[in-house]
Amino acid sequence: MRRVTKIAAAGVATAALAFTSAACSSDDSGSSDKGVGLAFDVGGRSDASFNESAARGYDKAKKEFDIGGKELTARDGETEADREQRLTSLAEAGYNPVIGVGFAYGKSVNKVAKDFPDTTFAVIDEASQAENVAGITFAEHEGSYLAGVAAALKSKSGNVGFIGGVHNNLIKKFEAGFVQGVKDTKPDVKVDVKYLYESDLKGFQDPLRAKGIAEGMLDSGSDVIYSAAGLSGTGSIEAVAAQDGAWAIGVDSDQYRDKALADYKDSILTSVVKNVDVAVYDLIKSVQDGEPLTGDHTFTLKDDGVSLAASGGFIDDIQGDIDAAKKKISDGEITVSDTP
Amino acid sequence: MKRLDRDKLITAVGAPVLAVLAALVLTSLIILISGKDPFRAYQVMIEFGTTDRSAVYIVNKSTMFFLSALAVAIGFRMNLFNIGVDGQYRIAAFFAAAVGGALSLPGLIQIPLIILVAMGVGAIWAGIAGVLRTTRGVSEVITTIMLNSIAGAVIGYYLTAGRLGEKDGNLTHTPNIPESSHIFMFGTSVGDINGFVVFAVLAGFLYWFVLNRTRFGFDLRSVGRSETAAAASGVDVKRMIVTSMVLSGAVAGLVGMPTLLGESYNYGTDFPLGVGFTGIAIALLGRNHPVGIALGALLWAFLERTGTQLEFEGYDQKIVEVIKGIIVLCVVIAYEVVRRWALRDQQRRVGEELARAGSNDKAEVGA
Repeated sequence: MRRVTKIAAAGVATAALAFTSAACSSDDSGSSDKGVGLAFDVGGRSDASFNESAARGYDKAKKEFDIGGKELTARDGETEADREQRLTSLAEAGYNPVIGVGFAYGKSVNKVAKDFPDTTFAVIDEASQAENVAGITFAEHEGSYLAGVAAALKSKSGNVGFIGGVHNNLIKKFEAGFVQGVKDTKPDVKVDVKYLYESDLKGFQDPLRAKGIAEGMLDSGSDVIYSAAGLSGTGSIEAVAAQDGAWAIGVDSDQYRDKALADYKDSILTSVVKNVDVAVYDLIKSVQDGEPLTGDHTFTLKDDGVSLAASGGFIDDIQGDIDAAKKKISDGEITVSDTP
Repeated sequence: MKRLDRDKLITAVGAPVLAVLAALVLTSLIILISGKDPFRAYQVMIEFGTTDRSAVYIVNKSTMFFLSALAVAIGFRMNLFNIGVDGQYRIAAFFAAAVGGALSLPGLIQIPLIILVAMGVGAIWAGIAGVLRTTRGVSEVITTIMLNSIAGAVIGYYLTAGRLGEKDGNLTHTPNIPESSHIFMFGTSVGDINGFVVFAVLAGFLYWFVLNRTRFGFDLRSVGRSETAAAASGVDVKRMIVTSMVLSGAVAGLVGMPTLLGESYNYGTDFPLGVGFTGIAIALLGRNHPVGIALGALLWAFLERTGTQLEFEGYDQKIVEVIKGIIVLCVVIAYEVVRRWALRDQQRRVGEELARAGSNDKAEVGA
């Protein structure tokens, strides 16, 4: 039996090889300047949030400069080797620039970039550690400050909530800005801060847990809830929509316009938009212009890297206060802290 | 006796060949329906999957898959379904990383220590399920699944700054293990092959030896075939259940070691997840035999490697997931089909022989 199984196993392998190699026919492969290589984080192009925003900038640049491009998407349960392979494939095939969307690519972009000194690399949400890498980060705390202003002005109960997906440095920036925005506007409004997970990245895709926490906050009196939790945010928006008079604040993309959230859009007060598309477009443009961006770049409120969406018209009545706060931040009159 | 071997040969070779053929036909159909050329897809996979750099990747990745499938297979041989390999390897790697990061002993002592801690933690975690099964009669399928979640929660609790973790940008991980504890590598011009592959091969050999050449292995297999028969012949079934869960968990503890000792050097929020579930599929594919598992692991790593390239060539990389799923389904179905066919064939032959013997008897009586 033992020997037989071995032979069997060998048979499988040979059969597989024979069958597949018999199937070979056409071929093609080229190189050099093919356009933009874009590596998405898990969730891919149509995640209605972060990746989708990057895709918008990429589409716009492709059309405008009439260049090609290649999009690859991360799988669940990847190792560094997988991410390195993805970026290497893109660089090797001649794509320039090569952009890693999301901090998961932080290490691999900086490592692979050293093997391809003539290619420009970029990573969103992480710092640059190599000469030909642009580390693109956003002033999420500034956008969140404006959300804090809106929440403080719109809250009737004097209690507002913040839900973070994962308690990491990135999400703490959202918290810090939001809390400061609330306190600067109405010092006596209470902010209830909760995180879904301490370090587990599934905090960005666990809407059920977010829904439970949001329901808890609503029960204890909060009537405006800001969620910075990727896909999980849909759960808390759903919970808020079920309660009259409560408002949800969305994140990353303008979630009022999100088709998946269309049923709840009348409860979405506003969204803190992270204009990843602007950053991606600017980076591609810089390469097209022959002056590629490198080093660390922070896209701030001042240059529209982050903004507060007004879709739905729910914040029209307080737009004046928000614009005033925005001006103060842009002029440097207010410094928003990026740590709570 | 020869007859029997031929039957087994047909089952053993026929089933996997049938499964792979069926999987290829079905996958081709799916690719065709999506409006793409399936043969071009296979060509891309073969071409890209056989480059030197791919070979290095495949060997490294399959080491992890192999160990995971081996852990699952130990349970399978015993008729235990250890779905908890995923939680076992993660919690094992986590505590091994924490111990490794806290100490700085010479590598010769520390590497074995890290590996032993991992095996120990994995064994304890799986052992809980074994003890619950024998003392309270709780199905190990339920407990191991639940222990997966609990492992995630325990890691989440300790993997925070101020407990056992430290912050590094947006990631949190345990302190790096000292350089002396990095495992040896086989350097090639296109990348390093993780030295842990040696331990994996060794584990595969030990698995084969213990199961097939020792009293313990015989007991284990006999309990797997029939608990009552084994008990009647003097095997302590309860002890065997706990022991095999503990062994399964100890092997599961090894799954994270190639990554910890040779790649990440810490356990962080970016540590690979889900390898334990991959192991279940590969153990099924390899029919719990170390060589079969090794080939299955290589095939899986090959598919993972070429998935990215397929996406590069304009195919959906989910195609690879479809191929994997179909292969596993086909293997299970094909084994059953071939087994039934062989059984019928055997019955028919036995019947013929009996009939012939019967007619001979009659002839004798008549004479």
